[in-house]
Amino acid sequence: MDKNIYKFILRHTRPQQLFVLFITAVSLPFYYISLDIPKLIVNTALESDDPTIIADDFPRPLSILGIEFGNLDQITLLFTLCIIFLFLVCINGSFRIYINFYKGRIGERMLRRLRFILYSRILRFPLPHFRKVSSAELISMITAEVEPIGNFIGDAFALPAFQGGLLLTALIYIFSQDPLMGVAAIALYPIQAYLIPKLQQRVNLHAKERVYEVRNLSERIEETVAGVQEVHSNGTAQLELADFSRRLGNIYGIRYKIYNKKYFIKFLNLFLAQLTPFFFFTIGGYLVIIGDLTLGSLVAVLAAYKDLSPPWMELLNFYQIKEDVRIKYEQVISQFEPKNLMDEKKQLSEPDSFPNISGDLLISNLTLRDDDEVSIVSGLTAKIHLNKKVAVVGTSGSGKEELMLMLARLIDPSQGKILAGKYDLHTMPQAVTGRRIGFVSQNAYIFSSTLKENLLYGLKYRPVKGNKSSGDLNINQQQEWIEEAEKAGNSTLDINAEWVNYDQLGINNSTEVIDPILKSIDIADMTSEVYMYGLRGSLNLDKDKESIEKMLEARKVLEKKLHKKEFQGLVELFDSQKYNTNASLFENLIFGTSCDEVFEGDNYIDNIYILEVLKKADLVSDFTECGYQLAATMIELFSDLPSEHELYQRFSFISAENLPIYQGLMNRINKTNLGNLDKNDRKLLMALPFKLVTAKHRLNLISKDMEAKILIARELFYQDLPQYMAKRINRFETNKYNPAASVQDNILFGRVAYGQAHAKDKVGKLIEEVVNDCGLYTNILEVGLAHHAGLGGTKLSGSQRQKLAIARTCLKNPDILILSEATASLDGASQKRILKNIMKVFSKRGVIWSLHRPELAKYFDIIIVMKNGNIIEQGTYDQLKRDGSFFNELLEQH
Amino acid sequence: MDLQQDVDLLRNIPLFRNIDSRKLKLIAFTSQRLQFKANENLFVQGDYGDSAFIIIEGEASVLIYTNSDTQIEIAKVKKNDLVGEIAILCDVPRTATVRAKTELLTLEITKEIFFQLVTQFPEMALEVMRELAFRLEKTNRRLQELTIKT
Repeated sequence: MDKNIYKFILRHTRPQQLFVLFITAVSLPFYYISLDIPKLIVNTALESDDPTIIADDFPRPLSILGIEFGNLDQITLLFTLCIIFLFLVCINGSFRIYINFYKGRIGERMLRRLRFILYSRILRFPLPHFRKVSSAELISMITAEVEPIGNFIGDAFALPAFQGGLLLTALIYIFSQDPLMGVAAIALYPIQAYLIPKLQQRVNLHAKERVYEVRNLSERIEETVAGVQEVHSNGTAQLELADFSRRLGNIYGIRYKIYNKKYFIKFLNLFLAQLTPFFFFTIGGYLVIIGDLTLGSLVAVLAAYKDLSPPWMELLNFYQIKEDVRIKYEQVISQFEPKNLMDEKKQLSEPDSFPNISGDLLISNLTLRDDDEVSIVSGLTAKIHLNKKVAVVGTSGSGKEELMLMLARLIDPSQGKILAGKYDLHTMPQAVTGRRIGFVSQNAYIFSSTLKENLLYGLKYRPVKGNKSSGDLNINQQQEWIEEAEKAGNSTLDINAEWVNYDQLGINNSTEVIDPILKSIDIADMTSEVYMYGLRGSLNLDKDKESIEKMLEARKVLEKKLHKKEFQGLVELFDSQKYNTNASLFENLIFGTSCDEVFEGDNYIDNIYILEVLKKADLVSDFTECGYQLAATMIELFSDLPSEHELYQRFSFISAENLPIYQGLMNRINKTNLGNLDKNDRKLLMALPFKLVTAKHRLNLISKDMEAKILIARELFYQDLPQYMAKRINRFETNKYNPAASVQDNILFGRVAYGQAHAKDKVGKLIEEVVNDCGLYTNILEVGLAHHAGLGGTKLSGSQRQKLAIARTCLKNPDILILSEATASLDGASQKRILKNIMKVFSKRGVIWSLHRPELAKYFDIIIVMKNGNIIEQGTYDQLKRDGSFFNELLEQH
Repeated sequence: MDLQQDVDLLRNIPLFRNIDSRKLKLIAFTSQRLQFKANENLFVQGDYGDSAFIIIEGEASVLIYTNSDTQIEIAKVKKNDLVGEIAILCDVPRTATVRAKTELLTLEITKEIFFQLVTQFPEMALEVMRELAFRLEKTNRRLQELTIKT
């Protein structure tokens, strides 16, 4: 990268910058004329005491820059001049706006380019470099710090040229009117030109410091976020706060100094600029009085001077910004030039073919030294056939982890070579290694996307040719988009195109992709987990018509099974004609699912329509009475507890803050006068029963009669359901899929009964049975695959993340699979199952697995035992498991 | 299935003998009734435990594993007995398996609720202590008997 920002700008925008300069140059004559017009108006159209013009006779000639245009009478002359003036104002304005737009575009493009370059450099950083940079630093550099650089780039040449041009034009004009006035106008410039850079230099130093401190600050925040557990567990919040406070204090100090100096510079400029008219009035006034200067000229000079000040200010300002940006640019760039940056070609080049890797893996004299020149792997030499299953064991620090990384081509060896078949691993482009080598580390990363997208991630090398973009741009817009990207030196590949390389899976398109995916999650032993996600997920009504039908079928099959004696009482099914004692009163009323937004949380009674339905079904007095009893019970149960007590939140129908309100209410009223409560009191009571679940709360507050009325209300509810609610409420219907409910709830179509031991497990098993019988298992897995993994996979457990990563790598069918303690975080049973699955699937391909439990090595063909960066033993499990071997020692340690 | 019935049941249990009926009602309200079929396990030795059970109706055996992977019955529990409280009191895995001998109706009190109640109402803690001491004494006696036998 160019070290100097001007070099960088010129390399990429030379023609554009020249064009701006050209346009600027063209614009200046018009500006010059516009300065002269006021004088002409005063001197020729209005006044007549100009000695150069023959007195008092109109029509007079109109002469601009010495060119004469016929004679005009006074009024016509005035208006013509004014129209010319107006015309020039328009032209000058047009030039300005055009230049501003143009340079804005240059700047934005360059900002885009710069950000892209920096990001692409991050992708090429050698892995060990990431230990030295923090993501917070990188983020702040690419987002915030380069922003002013982008703004500056558009101005880099245009601004000094344009403003300088204006300044010069105005000066020339002033000098042409009277040299003395010119001298007056610029009398103070030398002072400014001397003082300002001096002051600016100091500001720059502070600016540099500030950039550095702010970067440290973001690094510090990142560290706090990452280490927040330690802060809590050690109780060191005070320490962190103190540290942060000190940093903020430093930044405050620096910023304050910058502020002061900057404003002093501004003040100085302004003060000197305002001082200059003093000279005009004294010198200019004197000259007018003695007749050396016309009043028109003085007016014009004053007007020109008014125009003189903004460009001068702009120039000084520009100088400040330029210095600021220069420093920022240098500071940013220096952070993106680590040693051993990966060659761009290696990362991005697309060879014509992607040869399979087979034959022998030859490792010769492989050496890796860290930054302190300490050998981690030293002169390792080995030959392994690439269809063998190789276990690498050793203590931590034996160099096995680094060996895996070098085999996966994630770090480059300091010395030595790895030949995979006939290819030198080191020089292979990533396009090949990405397809042919699979690698899973101990803490693989999961992207913020669905499980399925995460699995397919390993197949997205570049857009598949001949595929149309699925984005919402038409062809022309697409073309524009690409051209613009090219102008900014960005990637022109379409992110909305189909990126998944189905060829690698031996299939043609996305419809067939489910089989290999299911196979891969099976290898990684996570099928049952995906199934669970599937049960909790929901279907897309338009896309999954087939699944929906199957699910409705499964609902019927399950219902039949539940009628069997052994399952009786486990589930209370939804029946539109029955009150469901395992569902809440509210659910019984609307008999369906609703979105929270309809009832603003749980504010059912505030919904006018609900109240109306209750009135129609004659439920008001039932609700009031029920609410009264409930309030009495709650006050009895909870009034002893302190208000912050957890039981309130979990069990009380009345929140702690509302309890006093209800206590007051209950003191005021008694059971006999519930019929004539005022509106608000009644509402308070009626709000309570909605969440009552008969079987769960066992309060016996809902009578048979009330249940019957609720069933009537249920019908009434759907009769005149307002539009906005109808959209958000999905009724339970025996023959219809409910899109707002989960897959499991749709199959079950009822509630698991309270009070039956192990009911959930039994029902779960039953559902799985039915799902298998109805051929729904795959459909549910597909729903499960649409589960979102959360940011960085945080919605998954650690072991699920790991399994997903293994599945992702297996899915892409690599020739060599390299695993670096990839299953270390899984439980023993899972670990063994995955290992056996992989052995089976990769029976003809190479597997190199660094194990954290040496006893697992017995499943491998060859065991490589590492110690102190080299191989000390090699052989089969039986060969190595003998007294005195280091491998035996390792086995015993575990 | 009435809360009041549960309160009456709780009142008959020694552990809750001295607790006033309002608090018993709170315990009943915050707990759930659980029905087990014969031969179903309430919990299994070695599992993580997060609730205790009060037996309302029926009988269950307390089983522990001996060395030889066979289970022996060390006690029987019946109506008004409390089981499973050790695991929720001291965070150890279940020390025994409890299996329903007959159809069994229980009141399940979760660990959280149990702790909430014990910390909120000291008289309950005292009762728990008394009950545990009583059991310890019983176990000691049994142990003594066993050692004499062998």
